[in-house]
Amino acid sequence: MDVIVCVKHVPETAEAEIKIDATEKSIEKSGLVFDINEWDDYALEEAVQIKEKHGGTVTAITIGPEDADSTLRKCLARGADNAIRLTDPKFEGSDSYAIAKILHKAVKDLPFNILLTGALAGDDGYTATGPILATLLGISHVTMVKKIGLNGDLVKVNRELEGGLEEQVEVKLPAVLTIQTGINEPRYVSIMGIRKAMQKEIKVLGLAEIGLGENEVGEAGSWIRIKKMYVPPVEKQAEFLDGNPEEVAGKIADIIKARGLV
Amino acid sequence: MTNEQKMIVQAASEIAQDFQPDYWRKKDKNHEYPVDFWKTLVEAGFVGIVIPEEYGGSEMGMFEMMLAMETLTSESCGLAGMWFLCLTSVFGGLSIVKHGNDQQKEKYLPQIAKGMEFCLALTEPDAGTNTLNTQTAAVRSGDEFVINGRKTFISGADRAKGMLLVTRTTPLEETSKRTFGLSLFLVDLPNPAVEVNPIEKHGINYSKTCDVFITDLKVPKENILGVEEKGWHLVLDTLNPERMSFSAAAGGIGLLAIRTAVDYANQRKVFGVPIGTHQAIQFPLAEAKAKIEAARLLNYQASWLYDKGQPCGAKANMAKVIAVEAGIQGVYHSMQTLGGYGYAVEYDIERWWREVNVIRLAPVTHQMALAFIGEHVLGLPKSY
Ligand SMILES: Cc1cc2nc3c(=O)[nH]c(=O)nc-3n(C[C@H](O)[C@H](O)[C@H](O)COP(=O)(O)OP(=O)(O)OC[C@H]3O[C@@H](n4cnc5c(N)ncnc54)[C@H](O)[C@@H]3O)c2cc1C
Repeated sequence: MDVIVCVKHVPETAEAEIKIDATEKSIEKSGLVFDINEWDDYALEEAVQIKEKHGGTVTAITIGPEDADSTLRKCLARGADNAIRLTDPKFEGSDSYAIAKILHKAVKDLPFNILLTGALAGDDGYTATGPILATLLGISHVTMVKKIGLNGDLVKVNRELEGGLEEQVEVKLPAVLTIQTGINEPRYVSIMGIRKAMQKEIKVLGLAEIGLGENEVGEAGSWIRIKKMYVPPVEKQAEFLDGNPEEVAGKIADIIKARGLV
Repeated sequence: MTNEQKMIVQAASEIAQDFQPDYWRKKDKNHEYPVDFWKTLVEAGFVGIVIPEEYGGSEMGMFEMMLAMETLTSESCGLAGMWFLCLTSVFGGLSIVKHGNDQQKEKYLPQIAKGMEFCLALTEPDAGTNTLNTQTAAVRSGDEFVINGRKTFISGADRAKGMLLVTRTTPLEETSKRTFGLSLFLVDLPNPAVEVNPIEKHGINYSKTCDVFITDLKVPKENILGVEEKGWHLVLDTLNPERMSFSAAAGGIGLLAIRTAVDYANQRKVFGVPIGTHQAIQFPLAEAKAKIEAARLLNYQASWLYDKGQPCGAKANMAKVIAVEAGIQGVYHSMQTLGGYGYAVEYDIERWWREVNVIRLAPVTHQMALAFIGEHVLGLPKSY
């Protein structure tokens, strides 16, 4: 069971102070700590667990500059066998479609049974890369995956729906599954793993090597272009009602009536 | 740092995230051994950092071990981030890596990498800091030794399956040179001839430090670590990295407390502005931070020399002297920054205060570290 897992090297923004950069299309990245995208972390763990149970290999792929090697090394340290980094200055500005095209070129000739991605990326949150990649590959995809049960060339998959519901679907392999957090408990990076990771090679491929033209990637090859990124202005929507409890209760009643809520 | 070293820091940091101060508060309060923390360190290979690959480790050095200890300590674990690794990986692992023969390595190292706990029995009630005055006697009887004596303050002896025991095979009075006549033994525990009684103590209550009574303990001669009678020089290869470990912890605890104090000082408003605005709050924390960073560099140097097999005692002792002062200063002023809350258990500073203060007393007292520097670095007469 060969598994490919697509991982993204993203800035940790949950607790950082975010500033918009001079282009107004991105955030200021200097000073931010980068790590593997949280959803991809679970996808990687799932890939390694599949390998441990069913044999085969795990190949981790990312798109990004040299810094992204640290995310690939982490994948290698956690049990991936191969790592590929796709990089080219022309990739800058790619939307999910362009990213999927790049990944498609890189994986289409690799042997694999399952391709995993995170359900979304913590930085841009499009949730689209996996489905588009599956479409380009001409294979099935399942999103928001919470459980995977392999059975021959079929896979039974639980999807997370809103309101605590889950849906179980069955798809034929090969397939693309986009992984939701919580599907497993990602293991710690081990020191032995780090040792092994440092001895493995990261394969680096550029635009020409994967066989795409300049116009097929970056902004030129994208369907979506970022016009502007900004911090939404703070607006005051709340209304404070003064007075003693009776007066306030009366005012609330007036508002409810005026808006036709009762 | 190499990419590999950066990854070790990152890996340690991820573990630290799952063992936050509230975990240690509970363990300390309940005098509970942190089983899951130790299991995590073992499974993630931290215990095997200094153990050769052929014995199931990762064959790295004390420098890498210190990076792990510093990160665990400073990011959330306090002293515990160093303590357990020191007891097992330094006292057991490193000592055997350095001086064990093939049989000893085969017997112990793979087990240590898998989490077999160790302890070091050096200190004695009547010798104290004066190790050469060790009274625990190992007397040859055929192919074995019979050992009698008493050790005190032996950390982890209650759980350890292995003990590095410092003895005299020739009494002090009968040696030509005071540093001769000490021998090191690897002792398997528990053993009916070894009685272990925990000593109630000020902090680090998630681990026990014990009195150890040894009565007619029979140990085969094969269990001597390194060369018989030369134990003093050999044990320095354990005591120096022990110092480095404790220096790493002193700085780490200081940094942890300072970070807690900074977060607090940025929030807490008393006279209209955050208290961190006041230089009386800022400057002592800034000073401690600067000193801790300087101590770290000296400690890195010490471990680098150790890994290269070069003399490291001078750096290790100097690093220890400044690391402990800086660490204590950091925690002291952090407590001051939190005001009354600094004294409340819930805010953790009081625990780190109890922890950091042990580093003035152990593994070597502050005075003895200074005495070493006076004599061996400055060239002054021996003062003790
Ligand atoms: C929590 C804890 C854990 C420990 N764990 C271990 C362990 O695992 N294994 C182990 O073997 N030991 C351990 N120790 C023991 C520790 O290493 C000793 O306590 C330490 O070396 C000091 O020995 P002592 O307590 O006998 O002090 P003493 O030697 O009695 O010294 C008392 C004081 O006098 C000072 N002093 C003595 N002589 C001189 C002099 N000539 N000049 C200046 N000052 C002097 C000392 O510096 C010290 O301040 C531990 C101690 C503690 C507190």
